Amino acid sequence: MFGYLIGRLAQAVVVVFAMSIIVFVGVYAIGNPIDVMIDPGATQEIRENLIRQYGLDQPLWRQYFTFVSNIFQGDFGRSMVYNISVTSLVFSRLPATVELVLVSVVIATLIGIPAGLYAGYKPKSPGAKLIMALSVLGFSVPTFWIGMLLIMGFAVELGWLPSGGRGEVARFLWFDTSLATSNGWSHVIMPAINLSLFKMGLLIRLTRAGMVEAMGAEYVRFARAQGLPDRQIVFSHILRNISIPIVTVFGLELGSTLAFAVVTETVFNWPGVGKLIIDSILQLDRPVMVSYLVMVVVLFVMINLIVDLVYARLDPRVRLKGGA
Amino acid sequence: MNNTSPDNSNVADSLPVIARETTATRLRNFWSDYCESRVALIALFIIVVLTIGAFGAPWLVPQDPYDLSLLEWSDAFLPPGEVGSGGYTLLLGTDNAGRDMLSAILYGLRTSFVIGLSAGVLALTVGIIVGLSAAYFGGRLEALLMRIVDLQLSMPAILLALVLVAMLGQGVPQIILALVVAQYAYFARTTHGAASVERRKDYIEAARSTPLPTRRIMFRHLLPNVLPPLIVVATVQVASAISLEATLSFLGVGLPLTEPSLGSLISNGFKYIHAGRYWLSIYPGIFLMITVVAINLVGDQVRTVLDPRNSR
Amino acid sequence: MSAALDVSGLTTRFDTRGGSVTAVNDVSFSVESGRILGLVGESGSGKSVTGFSIMGLVDEPGQVVAGSVTVDGVDLRSLSDDDMRKMRGSRLAMVFQDPMMTLNPVLRIGDQMAMAVRVHRKMPRRDALEESRKALEIVGIPSPAERLKAYPHQLSGGMRQRVAIAMALLHRPSVIIADEPTTALDVSIQGQILAEVRRLADDIGTAIVWVTHDLAVVSSLADDICVMYAGRIVERGTAEQVIGNPRHPYTQGLLDSIPARQEPGGHLPQIPGSTPQLSRLPSGCPFRPRCSRATEQCKSEPPIDSRDGQIVLCHHPLEGS
Repeated sequence: MFGYLIGRLAQAVVVVFAMSIIVFVGVYAIGNPIDVMIDPGATQEIRENLIRQYGLDQPLWRQYFTFVSNIFQGDFGRSMVYNISVTSLVFSRLPATVELVLVSVVIATLIGIPAGLYAGYKPKSPGAKLIMALSVLGFSVPTFWIGMLLIMGFAVELGWLPSGGRGEVARFLWFDTSLATSNGWSHVIMPAINLSLFKMGLLIRLTRAGMVEAMGAEYVRFARAQGLPDRQIVFSHILRNISIPIVTVFGLELGSTLAFAVVTETVFNWPGVGKLIIDSILQLDRPVMVSYLVMVVVLFVMINLIVDLVYARLDPRVRLKGGA
Repeated sequence: MNNTSPDNSNVADSLPVIARETTATRLRNFWSDYCESRVALIALFIIVVLTIGAFGAPWLVPQDPYDLSLLEWSDAFLPPGEVGSGGYTLLLGTDNAGRDMLSAILYGLRTSFVIGLSAGVLALTVGIIVGLSAAYFGGRLEALLMRIVDLQLSMPAILLALVLVAMLGQGVPQIILALVVAQYAYFARTTHGAASVERRKDYIEAARSTPLPTRRIMFRHLLPNVLPPLIVVATVQVASAISLEATLSFLGVGLPLTEPSLGSLISNGFKYIHAGRYWLSIYPGIFLMITVVAINLVGDQVRTVLDPRNSR
Repeated sequence: MSAALDVSGLTTRFDTRGGSVTAVNDVSFSVESGRILGLVGESGSGKSVTGFSIMGLVDEPGQVVAGSVTVDGVDLRSLSDDDMRKMRGSRLAMVFQDPMMTLNPVLRIGDQMAMAVRVHRKMPRRDALEESRKALEIVGIPSPAERLKAYPHQLSGGMRQRVAIAMALLHRPSVIIADEPTTALDVSIQGQILAEVRRLADDIGTAIVWVTHDLAVVSSLADDICVMYAGRIVERGTAEQVIGNPRHPYTQGLLDSIPARQEPGGHLPQIPGSTPQLSRLPSGCPFRPRCSRATEQCKSEPPIDSRDGQIVLCHHPLEGS
């Protein structure tokens, strides 16, 4: 198991390193941020000072080197727009995104898995067909459009929920979260539902497919022959079996939830990192873009790693192969 | 099922196997299988109608929404059903610039279709080349190409497209390029998966031992056998490309309003929903939703029909 | 002794898009406690479906449409779904063909067995595990306590099948249906399991229905034998009768094609043709097209011919010695 872990970690490091180069070069190919930052009437001298200050006069490989060595000291650079360190900027926005993603994942799981189980248990029932139709909607209709419909319905027409923003926050442990106030909940619920729909559709499909397959499996028939009631067969036998692919895909999708948060946060004006990256792209705030992307890459690689490890935990056959 | 009740599965096996079907019969069978789902048939019909509407827009709608000289400020924000200065009924109302929404939507639909289809076809081409090369040549090239593809697949397409558009700038060709880079990996993975299975079969070995050029073996022998799964992926990816473009435009990094796609229309209308001017965003949204859902439903049915497990 | 299992007129039909197929056609037999009945037939003969029909586990679109199944005097087909479920595993158990597939790969043996114990008898998990350990011991599994902690893939095929048999034995059922339990195993392990099963039938007094395609296996194991062809029982009798003095031409053909019964190097007789598709059976006797004794008469339903309790479904039964 240990050797397996080391191997996977080494792979991860190589991937992060390669991706950081691609991201750095890619982002630095975009326009000239100085033009955006300073007012057009500024003198050539001010302009050159700024360029030097941000190290933009250096060759690209040197800029990259500086960037990487700074990262190892925990310094991701300064935002050109907000003029504060990127690290503190991202971390000030992170709790908002994390709480949004968390609530949406919980919603998707609580509804998606039971619905998928039901749809796979009785695939021919009208209920199952309805669930499947809704799941198609869930991941084919663009997120932003559903979000807009939610705002129109619940905020503009009915006036039940606020149309955007994060609402009141309160301190919970060491960070501020809107999940600690009822006003905060009223703000988070709509974006969270919006963000959960895609994931829910995916979960329904995955669970249903696994369930349908498992219902025809020999071990299920054998469990029936032992007189186990269907409820127990589903929850003790099948769920454990199909949880393996579900956890895998769901874990991988956790990263894309963060990505989709970009859309949801824009629609609901939610002050998280997703909104931050959109703003930084629109304002050519390079250090924020690069840092965000590098963080995302690290996150993805970590999620991949964790999913592999959880996979090994859930499936005893993999554990054996990994050299336990 | 097959393992436990051979008596049952033999019933299916007993049907006579037709060794060689002509392409025409295959198509006819495909079509009759496809027609078994009424929903899928309706979806296909909707796509046909929308395509005609989008590409026939210049002849179908009363106004060219690109032509600023035709716009009257007095026509701004007219609700659906009103008659504007043009003298015709504005079925879906007008936007903030006095544009007829129906005209704008059909023109926008055209832009969305063009982007979706070209991105889909280009991504398909690139994906096939990458996937087939990896599967055919194997070895290091395969390892490298598929590692890159896998890495890309673990990243959400929207994020990738977002960054690319940010780098490339706004405009139709830029968006298409970004979508192709974001989506080719799905095709490459599918092609590679199907082709790797085919490659191990005897007929490819047989073809390889003849002096046929590599290119010919790849495209004439390997490709036809990996097409069915690719068709399914292609349908879904066209829908996904349309939806991605709309999302990018909504986020403000896609197409500008001077070149309206459905996404930029919705994005523009979004500013006015609090003022109760719902028609600016809701109608383009409905068209977008119907388009994307219809394409997905068609893809679903094609998948069902092509699934070898369902073959009779 | 009364019959532990009595099957009478059992008929199971599959209604598919392509038409209706009768996979089990008017099947009747009974097994007494402590005895083993061999249910023999080629694949497609309906022998496995018979087993599942008795268990009430026929998959869609199959359906038991007629007949009765009685276990210890209880008519199973009159039971509610839940009462039938309570019979399964407790009074009536089943062992499946492929031991690689019947155990859940992601649950420990002990968890799966304890679940099977506790579904019929309320007891703490610890006691259920102890019960399971004893059951493993009975079927001859070495160091059973450790096996309980193992996952199925850590056991050999033979071991897994023993585990499955142990699970069938947990509640000392009156009847065990064994659906080709040794087919997927090596010959040497097959022998061990057969000996084990014979001993268990004698010791515990369970009635066993041994479903197999292998006449050689049942000839050494079973007390009684039923031969199935195209969904019907074509011959039924004690093992001595059926093996020593077959009366149906099909049984004769099966026996002739066992290599061990022939002179080495000699010609191995075969039954001409192949198993018919149930969807397109000929009229009258289904074996007619493959039978050397067939006549015009065979186009009508074959009569039941009975002699010394040996029953045969044939117009022209062999007279034997």
